[in-house]
Amino acid sequence: MFMSPGTSSFTEFLGSHHPDLMPDRRLTALGSGTSGAVDLPHATTIVAVTYPGGVVMAGDRRATSGNVIAQRDVEKVFRADELSAVAIAGTAGIGMEIVRLFQVEIEHYEKMEGRTLSLEGKANRLATMIRGNLGMAMQGLVVVPLFAGYDIERETGRIFSYDPAGGRYEEHDFYSIGSGSVFARGSLKKLWRADLSEDDAALACVQALYDAADDDSATGGPDLIRKIFPIVAAVTADGFRRLPEEEIADLAQAVVDGRYDSPGGPSAPLR
Amino acid sequence: MPFYVSPEQAMKDKADYARKGIARGRSVVVLQYDDGILFVADNPSRALHKISEIYDRIAYAAVGKYNEFETLRLAGVRYADVNGYQYDRRDVTARGLANAYAQSLGNIFTETPKPYEVELVVAEVGEDADTDQIYRLTFDGSVRDEHGYVAMGGQVEAVEQALKERFSEGLSLAAALRAGVQSLEAQEADRRLEAKALEVAVLDRNREHRLFRRLTAPRIEELLSESS
Repeated sequence: MFMSPGTSSFTEFLGSHHPDLMPDRRLTALGSGTSGAVDLPHATTIVAVTYPGGVVMAGDRRATSGNVIAQRDVEKVFRADELSAVAIAGTAGIGMEIVRLFQVEIEHYEKMEGRTLSLEGKANRLATMIRGNLGMAMQGLVVVPLFAGYDIERETGRIFSYDPAGGRYEEHDFYSIGSGSVFARGSLKKLWRADLSEDDAALACVQALYDAADDDSATGGPDLIRKIFPIVAAVTADGFRRLPEEEIADLAQAVVDGRYDSPGGPSAPLR
Repeated sequence: MPFYVSPEQAMKDKADYARKGIARGRSVVVLQYDDGILFVADNPSRALHKISEIYDRIAYAAVGKYNEFETLRLAGVRYADVNGYQYDRRDVTARGLANAYAQSLGNIFTETPKPYEVELVVAEVGEDADTDQIYRLTFDGSVRDEHGYVAMGGQVEAVEQALKERFSEGLSLAAALRAGVQSLEAQEADRRLEAKALEVAVLDRNREHRLFRRLTAPRIEELLSESS
């Protein structure tokens, strides 16, 4: 079985030789009930911001199940490979399974072929996987990822968003997904500049997540009591780097301190 | 054309055939150094590798017939990725992989008329030199658990002898590379190997995530001049 010739795609290999391990098969039982019959944990707001030299991606830590907070320190932003990051919003269980499969998929291709997929190649593979989940998405188990990475050919950070049908869209400058995304995107619209440094891009992400948490009950703000802060990762030509917790704690503290004086956060000039 | 060939004779013929095939190519050496495991192949090709990454801490080196060891490499990557996905990344081990290879090679050797003309090393870098694992597999499916260094393919006896004289525990990367290259040069009198005629990779236990890295020709040159 392992020695049969053919595909460099892990998903295709798994689908033909171990179909039981595919996320859609593993979770078919979930989808076969009436939608909404089980309250599965949902992951919410993700933001991504490009800056000269790379891209920063951040996610809050809350998972909700209906009106209950299912988990306070869940992680939604992941290293996809050396030069890209992926995050999920929507049904957490399925999303995390798809992320795990996606991580293996692109690494598997690299090992089999002896070359890394292009950033677009990776973005397209992710679209295929989301499309594979369409059946469950129709039953309410929607999961959408946000994909961002450093394109070594263009020497720039790029962001890709998806719809539940596997549609793939390139986003410019910044983007946000999840239930708090409308608020986060409004925030980023006012904060984004073309010449952000990595630190400032990270700060803009934390500000946007704060604004999302401010207005969306499913998005968690920085938890200063429990010391739970957003996950922030940067991808540059040097590779994926998850910001150390102390750095993010400082950013979060700065954002919260700033809000004592102006609860709406930094303001953009009116004219 | 004889109608009957004893199993002993058939196996001996197959083994002789495989050994001859393997001896035709050039050698590969694998040796431990202070930060991990070093792989050095006498291989001028940039694209057709004899040394490859299998998983986070596991690498593969092979000599013999290219299409055969390439088939085994791809199978190894699939085996590792399926297991890592199904269980956890930490559950993929060189021992498990070596056993899977031993099964495949053993079956091919006994059940098909033509055995694979390959010899492989599956190595896993541990937390320290004592927990490094190096398994050597031959065409008939036998496995040996090696320590320190391994030479295979080509004029293997000369290379092994040279490596034995040069190897010691806790070598630096530069010193280990030098020992490896000098051993490969022992294949033929007056053979000198330049950086671009070498394929070199390491499993470096101080890295993160995936510990396998290929060394570029300039880096190889730098290390060789450092150690001379």
